[in-house]
Amino acid sequence: MIKEKSKKLFLFIFVLFLLSLVIDLPKQFPIKLNFWKIKIDTLISSPQINIDWKGFKFKRDLDIKKGLDLQGGTHLILEADMEKIESVSRKQALDSAKEIVSRRIDLWGVSEPIIQTVETDSNYRIIVELPGISNINEAIDLIGKTAQLDFRELLGEEPEATISSTSIFDFISTGLTGKDLQKSDVQFNDQTGEPVVALHFNSEGAQKFAEITQRNVGKRVAIFLDNMPLTAPVVNEPIVNGDAIISGDFTVKEAKNLTIQLNAGALPVPLKIIEQKTIGPTLGQEAVKKSIQAGLIGLLIIILFMIAIYGFAGFLADIGLIFYGLLTLALYKLIPVTLTLPGIAGFILSVGMAVDSNILVFERMKEELRMGKPFSAAMELGFGRAWDSIKDANICTLITCFILFNPFNWGFLNASGMIRGFALTLGLGIGVSLFTGIIVTRTLLRLFYREKNK
Amino acid sequence: MNFMGFKWLYFLISGIFLVTGIFSLFKWGLKPAIDFTGGTILEIRIQGRELNIDNNKIKELIEKETEVSSVQKSGEKSLILKTKMIDSDEKDKILDILKGQIGDIEEARFEIVGPIIGQELIKKTIIAVVLATGFILFYVANRFKDKKYGFCAILAMFHDTFILLGTFSILGHFFGVEVDTLFVTAVLTILSFSVHDTIVVYDRIRESVKIFPEARFVDLVNKAVAETLNRSIINSLTIIFMLLCLWLFGGETIKWFVLALLIGTIAGTYSSTFTAAPLLVVWEQMKNRNKNS
Repeated sequence: MIKEKSKKLFLFIFVLFLLSLVIDLPKQFPIKLNFWKIKIDTLISSPQINIDWKGFKFKRDLDIKKGLDLQGGTHLILEADMEKIESVSRKQALDSAKEIVSRRIDLWGVSEPIIQTVETDSNYRIIVELPGISNINEAIDLIGKTAQLDFRELLGEEPEATISSTSIFDFISTGLTGKDLQKSDVQFNDQTGEPVVALHFNSEGAQKFAEITQRNVGKRVAIFLDNMPLTAPVVNEPIVNGDAIISGDFTVKEAKNLTIQLNAGALPVPLKIIEQKTIGPTLGQEAVKKSIQAGLIGLLIIILFMIAIYGFAGFLADIGLIFYGLLTLALYKLIPVTLTLPGIAGFILSVGMAVDSNILVFERMKEELRMGKPFSAAMELGFGRAWDSIKDANICTLITCFILFNPFNWGFLNASGMIRGFALTLGLGIGVSLFTGIIVTRTLLRLFYREKNK
Repeated sequence: MNFMGFKWLYFLISGIFLVTGIFSLFKWGLKPAIDFTGGTILEIRIQGRELNIDNNKIKELIEKETEVSSVQKSGEKSLILKTKMIDSDEKDKILDILKGQIGDIEEARFEIVGPIIGQELIKKTIIAVVLATGFILFYVANRFKDKKYGFCAILAMFHDTFILLGTFSILGHFFGVEVDTLFVTAVLTILSFSVHDTIVVYDRIRESVKIFPEARFVDLVNKAVAETLNRSIINSLTIIFMLLCLWLFGGETIKWFVLALLIGTIAGTYSSTFTAAPLLVVWEQMKNRNKNS
């Protein structure tokens, strides 16, 4: 009976093993073999998963996601100054600030940025992670800038001739501000193909802007960002539909920059950088290389150590351990887990802990054998009795992982990506190690381990 | 074997480490990293040649721009600057100074942490430790249906934590090792590892108590320790091998994090057998004495 069940389980484990192996394949993996008459020269690449089944979408390119500390990049925590915002609309203001921050970041062409809002106590924050690029001072300056945009008109009647001599102090506020501005973008003039800057107002803004342009035809209306003039175009005609165009001798870059600044003005709350971490790309690459090296050396030592102490049973446990490694890696790709340096440490630590359940079982088996129990009974008892200890012990580690990972984003606990990476890989490792350490090793032992091997 | 006959020796060994560590903690404290205090870390690297500079001179020059807390070489090609919190303009000025002194450099790492973040981290750390301790205490007490197990497991856990904190206090004072967010993570991991290891021993004691209800408690503890010592050492060795490899070959960033885990693992292994188990015996003896008197 047990034999039959074990065979079925073994088949299942074997299929899972092959699946993990396929998923674990690196993106590009050339195989070149030239042996006697057999010549193989192919490029194996890991598959991509793209399932769309009755609205259930599952898409993975099966690439290990690397955290900022590994691939380089910038991590920012911005604090929003909510002093001027009513407490009921603060959450909204934070969301729109986030929206605008992401829009600005998109303009800088950062791939896969992570932008989250966090509320702790009475603090409103935006966490920004910009992977891959380390030299983005300009972008950061822009994000962190306290952006307050307003439109100003000239005080009194200024004669046409003195336009060039007007100073910024001659402009007074019109009451039209960044809040009335929905967005601004770069467009191209139909006839000349020159880049122009388009402004789109919301309904309230459109109304205000119509009044302003009506009374300022032929005169300049200036746009100020943080009390500094960005531009002061002359109003050619009243604009009533809420869509305005600023034209001038813009290069595409200038037009884009003005657009970025105008959009920054739509940001309703000032943001302040309270934490910044920028890591260059070389530092992370080196760390990954070193950690993998260290992990492999450690794995080899454990494999030899287990064989040295438990012989063939140790060897079977090693197979379970290698399977553990492959399965965990496959899960990292499937979930996907963003791997950080502490995350790698968590994984390597969990490899060390993964054999724990085996050791507990083997020691238990030895005892039962010493007491004169027949071999197969000793084995089953070993697994059964050790289970209690294994369960209790691992639950405590899982509790700690839960607190460190803080899955519900509780404000009173840490939410740092580094710590989460560690907690996730350690917790996942413990879960998988329970499976490989108990079920896989037990199946292998039941099928392949005989008393004479001892 | 009569392990528990030597229990006062085990307590003495623990005591020596604990007293040294706690003395250092009170006298020198821990050396907080910018994660806690707020400030700036700027790491620069050079390519293809050896970094040959006078740290003090660099410090003097940069001191003209901002308050510098330390300038130190890291490996042969890196220089790590720690200053108070600066903005990117000030950073550019500092980079210019460094370029003038060293030549072509690459900015490898730039971190600024505001003081608010540091205060929050302290608060969050305390909450996390209290939560973890509470949950574990609750779980252990619930599983073992006897408060002595829960309390002694937690005492052994504090034993490991204070040895870890004490060691880092000494390392901080003599070698300038700082404690950061990762250290907090290490401490929490060690909390759970310590209990993990203790539970395995306690589980055997509980089992023996059920099978031999008439036997003396001390004998049962001795039996359980004898039965689990092998496993405890072998299991800890596998973890220690892994951590040692990481510590030796794993690179600078996680070096101290890994060392913290290593010290905690060793302390945890020792304490589960030589602190947690004898504590139970002492607890039981005191209970009997109270009953008799």
